[in-house]
Amino acid sequence: MISLTHYLIVSALLFAISVAGIFLNRKNILILLMCIELLLLAVNLNFVAFSHYLNNLDGQVFVFFILTVAAAESAIGLAILVTIFRNRRTINVDDLHSLKG
Amino acid sequence: MMAAFEIARPEIFLLAALCVVLLLDLFLGKESRVITYLATQASLLTTLLLVYSSFFNRADKTLGLDGMYMVDEMAGVLKISILLISMLAFACARKYLRDQDMWQSEFFVLGMTAILGMLIMVSGYHLLVLYLGLELLSLSMYALVAMRRDDAQATEAAIKYFVLGAVASGFLLYGMSVLYGLSGSLELNTLREYFSSQADVSTNLLLMFALTFIVAGLAFKLGVVPFHMWLPDVYQGTPTAVTLFLSSAPKIAAFAIVIRLMVEALEPAQAAWSQMFMLLALLSIALGNLLALVQNNLKRLFAYSAIAHMGFMLMGIVMTTHTGYSAAMFYILLYALMSAGAFAMLILLGRKGYEVVHLEDLKGLSRRHPWFALMFLLILFSMAGIPPTAGFYAKFAIIEAVVEAKFVWAAVFMVVMSVIGAFYYLRIIKIMYFDQPNEQVPIEADMDIRVLVSVNGLLMVLLGIFPGILMSICDLALSASRL
Repeated sequence: MISLTHYLIVSALLFAISVAGIFLNRKNILILLMCIELLLLAVNLNFVAFSHYLNNLDGQVFVFFILTVAAAESAIGLAILVTIFRNRRTINVDDLHSLKG
Repeated sequence: MMAAFEIARPEIFLLAALCVVLLLDLFLGKESRVITYLATQASLLTTLLLVYSSFFNRADKTLGLDGMYMVDEMAGVLKISILLISMLAFACARKYLRDQDMWQSEFFVLGMTAILGMLIMVSGYHLLVLYLGLELLSLSMYALVAMRRDDAQATEAAIKYFVLGAVASGFLLYGMSVLYGLSGSLELNTLREYFSSQADVSTNLLLMFALTFIVAGLAFKLGVVPFHMWLPDVYQGTPTAVTLFLSSAPKIAAFAIVIRLMVEALEPAQAAWSQMFMLLALLSIALGNLLALVQNNLKRLFAYSAIAHMGFMLMGIVMTTHTGYSAAMFYILLYALMSAGAFAMLILLGRKGYEVVHLEDLKGLSRRHPWFALMFLLILFSMAGIPPTAGFYAKFAIIEAVVEAKFVWAAVFMVVMSVIGAFYYLRIIKIMYFDQPNEQVPIEADMDIRVLVSVNGLLMVLLGIFPGILMSICDLALSASRL
């Protein structure tokens, strides 16, 4: 039997993986965008699990909104990524160092 | 049926107006682009009047739209300030966009969506509504920061802002999901009732877990240490007109979301979150002031000063007393005005193809433009907290609240840090008044921005001598909202 705790552990793991991915990744902005998606999906899993367990639909409605916002968010993220590539011909995270101090 | 939506009338109007402005711009030629600007300002003014007419008719808190939307005195005052500051920002942006040859109507449309997001954040009384308002603001801001898309610095600032902003939203959402799991509700009222009825609020480990994530998410958005990394880079890389907008009105909205989420919904757990915020606030005051000392870029310097100011404002909130909240509200409204004034000054002194960015650009300003040097001096005095300017009173009110709550050591620390912070403001003044000017170029600016900057500077003195004008508004608004 899969209990609520199992879902919460999986979502916490996903959350941890994505945060680690964002802060450890030194290679590629695209991977940052993927980590952000994973972060939001971890939250979604949390909401759906709670919603099912509590017998309350609010959490699942929240998930629909998060999915929509995440789509808009990645559209903007990819647009910024394209402009960065046009300006620098690279999307390496290490090369983003013109602003410092 | 229509009556249900009446509570959000200003927001619905703004949404319709921004769609009209977006469409209008399609049919305008290059020469008549100023119409977009005028239509934007007119829509904001109408929204302001709608807010004014709706909130002064209500003596008490009104909850509408199925308990999702709150209109009270505090929301009214904050919305009106957000709209006023945004109108100031757009007026200054007009000169900047023309000078730097980046006049695009997207600026105004995205600006209006950001304002809509802020208004929703101020009134949201449901975790989902607060989240959607916050995202509407953030997404518009990411696009605005990247508006100068052929500039390597601006796009770098945009991706940094985007990634850290998205992570902050993720943290906030994770915290919200745990709150939902604990209480089974997303409504702030129900959350408050639920946690008030729990006896073990201060020892509930899951609640502490949720609070940690929410505090971290909000700290990112406010830009307090240790979640401040994005702020200096974004301020520096962004076009000054966007920095002006970004650094002023959204701070008021961030204040509102902290009040709604922490002070109103999670009031039963205030002992826990106030400790977390207090640590962050003291760290910001220290680090912001110390790092600002070594900056040579004015926009970066103001970013570190923003970090320190946010710390000061938070110290008012973490006292969890009425005096503390009023002092924090006074501080945030004044800070938005000061920050808008400082960046407006940078825009005013710029001209076609030339931007004031470095400290040396201000050399001998008093000899070139004595009046505007005086106005800048007043704004900087106010930021440093030197009497008789309003900044002094704002800091005084916060420190008074801190001492009242028996945190004398924190008050002493804040005073010492303010004295250290005064150094870099005074350094700018020294450069303006005692260095030889490098050039003699007259200011090319329309009357509107000259008047706005002068009014902004003079307000610092006016509010410094009569702080009661603004303080009583904050005090009454918060009393009406029972805070």
